[in-house]
Amino acid sequence: MFEDGAIINELLIERLNYLIYVVLLLIGLHAMIAKRNLIKKLIGMSIFQTAIILFYVSISVKNEATIPIYKAEHDPHGAASKAAAIELNSTNSGKPLYAPTELQSSETQQYANPLPHVLMLTAIVVGVATLGLALALCLRIQQGYGTVEEDELLVKLERSDARYSLSPLAKAISSRRRPARNSRNPRATGKSSSTPKRSTGYGKNLGSTKASKPSTAKTKTTQANKNPNSVNRKPGTTSAKIGTKKSLPPKKTSIKPAGKTSPQQKKGTE
Amino acid sequence: MDNAIAWVLLFPLIGSIACALLGMVNRKLCYPISVLSMVAATWASVETLFQAVASPTAEVSYIFGGWVLDLFPRGVGIEFRADLLGALIALVVVGVGLIVSMYAKLPVEKETPKKEALYYPLFLLQITGLAGIALTGDAFNLYVLIEVAALTGYGLIAIGSNRAAAATFNYLILGTIGASLYLLGVGYVYIKTGTLNMVGIQEVIATNGLHDSPTMQVAFVLIGLGILIKMAFFPFHAWLPNAYSSAPTTTSCLLAPLVTKVMIYVMIRMVLTVFGVEFSFESTLWSEFMPWLVVIAIVCAAVMALAQREIKKMLAYLIVAEVGYMVGGVWIYNYYGLIGSIFHIISDACMTLCLFLATGIILRACKTTHFDGLRGLFSKMPLTMIGFFVGGFSIIGLPPTCGFFSKWYLITGGMVAERWEYMVVLMFSTMIMVVLFFRLIERIHLAVSESGEDLGKGHGDLGLTKEQTKFEEAPLSMLIPLLLAASVVMIIGIYNQEVVDQIERFLAPFNLPKGTGH
Repeated sequence: MFEDGAIINELLIERLNYLIYVVLLLIGLHAMIAKRNLIKKLIGMSIFQTAIILFYVSISVKNEATIPIYKAEHDPHGAASKAAAIELNSTNSGKPLYAPTELQSSETQQYANPLPHVLMLTAIVVGVATLGLALALCLRIQQGYGTVEEDELLVKLERSDARYSLSPLAKAISSRRRPARNSRNPRATGKSSSTPKRSTGYGKNLGSTKASKPSTAKTKTTQANKNPNSVNRKPGTTSAKIGTKKSLPPKKTSIKPAGKTSPQQKKGTE
Repeated sequence: MDNAIAWVLLFPLIGSIACALLGMVNRKLCYPISVLSMVAATWASVETLFQAVASPTAEVSYIFGGWVLDLFPRGVGIEFRADLLGALIALVVVGVGLIVSMYAKLPVEKETPKKEALYYPLFLLQITGLAGIALTGDAFNLYVLIEVAALTGYGLIAIGSNRAAAATFNYLILGTIGASLYLLGVGYVYIKTGTLNMVGIQEVIATNGLHDSPTMQVAFVLIGLGILIKMAFFPFHAWLPNAYSSAPTTTSCLLAPLVTKVMIYVMIRMVLTVFGVEFSFESTLWSEFMPWLVVIAIVCAAVMALAQREIKKMLAYLIVAEVGYMVGGVWIYNYYGLIGSIFHIISDACMTLCLFLATGIILRACKTTHFDGLRGLFSKMPLTMIGFFVGGFSIIGLPPTCGFFSKWYLITGGMVAERWEYMVVLMFSTMIMVVLFFRLIERIHLAVSESGEDLGKGHGDLGLTKEQTKFEEAPLSMLIPLLLAASVVMIIGIYNQEVVDQIERFLAPFNLPKGTGH
């Protein structure tokens, strides 16, 4: 079997398209899942979709067939068929001329199957729309979190989620007493007094989270603000430790001044 | 009207274009246009359902543009075909769309200010895509409509906060993988059968005996995998909780009840009417191992729901568990299981809608959906809470809500097919739902915090001031849709036999086993 190279022949010559399509598909899938950069994920997505397009185009390939546009002799508007029609008209005027005609099966063998190509036109359009939307999302993420690296993004998302999922009671109580049980921040000591325990119902003390939502800013000032329990604390004095954490390297890029946040970013807490 | 089936799609499509154009002139026009087009679409959908029920073959067919060539096996050209299943699901889609579009006014104004002209067109396009999925009879057209629904869904989620944009990115990556796998599978089907018409594919499989064809097996696996990713079946569910809990209120109200359920509908459609019962259950091994995957899925999702402290996150995991119910109902390969599965699509859409609408009102009133923020809500907004409890009781499965009857059929199916693992896990999950919702009811009525502290002064004291428990019901434009959804949950429950009759009529030709499948 291997002696005469039948498998090699089949894989590399007859089915090369399919081999390439599978390889491309796997490259794309790997990039989408394993790469940590969002843009690289999108490149993987494009490769993935292109592989499928290659597959569809490959299945409609036919030897010695032409694109599915009427050949000269089949074209009802062409010169060849006009000449034939004039000849035909002289004898028989029953059939309408120059109308789209259905080809015989012997004639259609010379054309490639148009349907997969048409499907792929649609799939390309869908792919473009997806890619455009994904790039727009990347832009939003870059504006909102200052990064398109998944690792950094996850750290930031985890923080904002922890803040978001903090109990409204725990926020109020921890600001008065000891650190709350489900507060993730060990530094939440109760210096600032916002509201006494009895009167804290729902919806109280949420202004702190609202103000602390924007995570674009990398400065130490807003690091202090991020702490939901340090509302009344003076910015800059207590946040030295947070700022030195490895997961949040202070970056120079895309720093927005603290306090100036777009209304979109504030909505996140709601 | 003969072509009501086309109007189900065209009304929201025209509405979305009108919204986009007139919204540029005046943003306030968008809301009435969207409600109007949804009313019209609901009418068309009801009409389609009645036509399907009345017709002797129990289906309505419409070929777009009349463009059909009678070649073997089925013509070229896009056919829309509503059998009883498709018509029922389409009615659910546009019905939910109608209720959410009525509800949308205040949340959209508040959460996406000045973006109404962008929001409503996406909203209506989403319904167009979902209703199209339910009605199309063409395998490739289904892919396009899945992508229409998915792309608008990404937009609807990401229009909210930055957190939502980050969650949408994951959704987009996974959703694209799912849809692309489906597309690949359709390619394999096309190689082997030469047609894209769903009924045509089944005819070719039957006449040419393609049951053992490896190409078709590969196609089945690819399509099945793609759909499982899209429906957030357990190992592939990662995109769902964050996306739905960080989305704007209206978006989660629309997407949570519909997207996953419509994808389960696609799975049933593929299993029953595209690949055929014999191929799907006999020639593949899926009915052997899928119930066990379902067991894992339901247990994990239910336990994760138990770990949540926010209503929205909890509901998102509940959806993942419910997806497990319905997938299990299909793959235990039993007549009653499939009735339960189809009925559960309908009832789950209604009860999830109910819960999310109520959650939107809670979020508006309390600014939080954390469990600790709910204290005293019953005395503040009793009607909203009744709507919420009806949805919760339906998820648990208390009669006479519709959740009871669908779960009844699912459990019957598990018992009759002797799939004990499935039956046991349904019971287990029901217990967890009881814990989830009664814990919430406790938080709402009593003065207990999440850490177990007693916040009141004693018996009957919530630890709240008079003002905090003053009667302050939600605005009518949000309350009426919620009560409507809650009453639909009850009405479907009470008239369950009528719905089941139609499902039985749909399932009759498939010769499903009424005992054990093997």
